[in-house]
Amino acid sequence: MRATAADRAQAATNPYLICAASWLVPGAGHLWLGRSQKGLIFLVTLPLMFATGLWLQGRLFPFQPSEPLVALAALADLGIGLPYFIAKAMNLGAGNVVALSYEYGNAFVIVAGLLNMLVVLDAFDIAHGRK
Amino acid sequence: MTSHFLLMLLFAAFVSVAFATLMRDEPREQLMLGARLFGGFVGAGIALGWLLYPFPI
Repeated sequence: MRATAADRAQAATNPYLICAASWLVPGAGHLWLGRSQKGLIFLVTLPLMFATGLWLQGRLFPFQPSEPLVALAALADLGIGLPYFIAKAMNLGAGNVVALSYEYGNAFVIVAGLLNMLVVLDAFDIAHGRK
Repeated sequence: MTSHFLLMLLFAAFVSVAFATLMRDEPREQLMLGARLFGGFVGAGIALGWLLYPFPI
């Protein structure tokens, strides 16, 4: 049986490098591995969800070890990768506690980061030939 | 946007798309699973909303 482009990409790449790319740019790992349909969907959906959360006046939580739940939310926010750093650089994500959509915004931003972590794990499994 | 229902629909749509894409490989299967997940999220949200309605905050 002939190897597909996806199989060749799988064999030639370091899974940890794939994970790093997948975390930094949502969907990049899948695109790298030749799963372009999945990669494009993640590339559009996850940053859009993150941006929607910021538009809804959600907050990018700070890393505060003294407040474990805030620190966990910050870790989840960071899961989205590059969009997080772009938002930080643009001073977005201050959060408006009195806005009606504040909690929704937080949910969108946090869940976008957590979903990207699942995408990274999926890319890792594909790179290892498990999927 | 101030509609709780529309925000719930939007959230359910994003999460359904991401999960369906992760869990299925074929586009048709992704579409079917995505639709089922979306329906489940929205249905569960409405059902929980009704169930919690009598309880004071």
